[in-house]
Amino acid sequence: MRKIFFDHISTTPTDPRVVEEMLPYFTSQFGNPSSLFYEHGQQAAKALEEARAKVAGLIGAEAQNIIFTSGATEANNMAIKGIAWANEDKGRHIILSDIEHFSVLFAAQALSRWGFEITRVPVDSYGIIDLGALKASIRADTILISIMHANNEIGTIEPIVEIANIAREKGILFHADAVGTVGIIPVNVGELGVDALTLAGHSFYGPKGIGALYLKQGIRIDPLLQGGFQEAGYRSGTENLPGTVGLGVVAQIAKEEMPSRIEHLLILRDLLWRGLSQRIQDIHFTGHPTQRLPGHVSFWVENAEGESLLLHLAFKGIELASGSACSSNIRGRTEEDLAASQVLTAIGVPSHICTGSLTISLGKDNNREEVEYFLEVFPGIVERLRAMSPWK
Amino acid sequence: MTNKLGPYSDKVMDHFMNPRNMGEMEDPDGLGEVGNPVCGDVMRLYLRIKDGIILDAKFKTFGCGAAIATSSMVTEMLKGKTIEEAKKITNQAVAEALDGLPPVKMHCSVLAEEGLEAAISDYERKKGQIS
Repeated sequence: MRKIFFDHISTTPTDPRVVEEMLPYFTSQFGNPSSLFYEHGQQAAKALEEARAKVAGLIGAEAQNIIFTSGATEANNMAIKGIAWANEDKGRHIILSDIEHFSVLFAAQALSRWGFEITRVPVDSYGIIDLGALKASIRADTILISIMHANNEIGTIEPIVEIANIAREKGILFHADAVGTVGIIPVNVGELGVDALTLAGHSFYGPKGIGALYLKQGIRIDPLLQGGFQEAGYRSGTENLPGTVGLGVVAQIAKEEMPSRIEHLLILRDLLWRGLSQRIQDIHFTGHPTQRLPGHVSFWVENAEGESLLLHLAFKGIELASGSACSSNIRGRTEEDLAASQVLTAIGVPSHICTGSLTISLGKDNNREEVEYFLEVFPGIVERLRAMSPWK
Repeated sequence: MTNKLGPYSDKVMDHFMNPRNMGEMEDPDGLGEVGNPVCGDVMRLYLRIKDGIILDAKFKTFGCGAAIATSSMVTEMLKGKTIEEAKKITNQAVAEALDGLPPVKMHCSVLAEEGLEAAISDYERKKGQIS
């Protein structure tokens, strides 16, 4: 059966051009970038620095301000914990939004054992952070604000420039988790005004297991990992050279192809949006109508449960995501692991309704025919589940 | 579980994709409606009972794959049972009949057991009122 992948917010296939460039670094170019007294090591170090420059080029940064990590979870943990530990003499208060990724939320919550306090700022019904509430939550001991650039579940893009201005006025450091946007839409750390920014390779056709933290010149962090002083001591551990090379290549490709990809995604997204509006009754789109990721459509339908929708769609070869309580943490060990999406709860969707939510995140290789196939099969699936529902 | 790739066994997927006894029943002898406030699942179970034997069972369920599959399975298990036998059906028995459920989904089988209890007490209440 053919597979239609509509879950690019969870991951993307690695671009074959990227894989090709990575391959020599597993075999012939296997050197350790720290082994600078012979050629294998020297070439590895050269490749590492070239990759760093390319990643910096994608986000308007200087190469020296890019720290490679194992991915976004590590970069988020590094930013939150590293900045908190390095600044604990100044204060122990951190501000997040209500819709942060778990790797930000739980990293911050883990700091409570060092006496840190967390304030979570609400978002409006579109998922846009309440800037008034953000200002009001700032205290004399606030050292860090961390707000995501774009939300994965509802696609909303946050007003990062405004948040950065607020943080700068108050002398507070600002970190943005930009996993949803880097490589997808233009991201420039200077224009955004962020002090730290997280990105991940596999969210824009790079390999899994590689990401980076941008850290503005002069900002101190305490490292999560101590060891042999790789990454200027910020992140010890022998570098994932094939991964960094891959991230560099994909950063360059993303920069070149971004305008045409965005144009393509917007056409497909509008086709999908219009088709769903016309064909599904009692459908409610979530997230901001215009301030949103280009390939992202999220919604919930009344009287049809999200996991059941996912299972039926998977049976038709269509792969996407749900924020449904029932499909969350399916690998959890106890029923307490099941919870309605915090994002949908934060934007005011009643929790028993969260169950009907779906997120479609289109990618560069999706096409019109795939969108049309989805629009053809989806109404029948919704009707089938609604016919089973005890509510009419 | 036989289906090691997805979260559900083949049997759960079979009952989910092809639910048995789905639909409503006119003037049921026992009617139970139960819900799980946490995840929002709701199950309605209809029973046709004659001389203390369950002749037919139907369901309507709003919920996830496990909720629909356990609803379907419990209706199959109920048919032909006496009231006393039906009362002994536990959520574990329903889950086992489906070759197991993921740990986070065991509450869905509880929904089936509670639906069954509610429908039988409705039947007993109605019967008590008649006699």
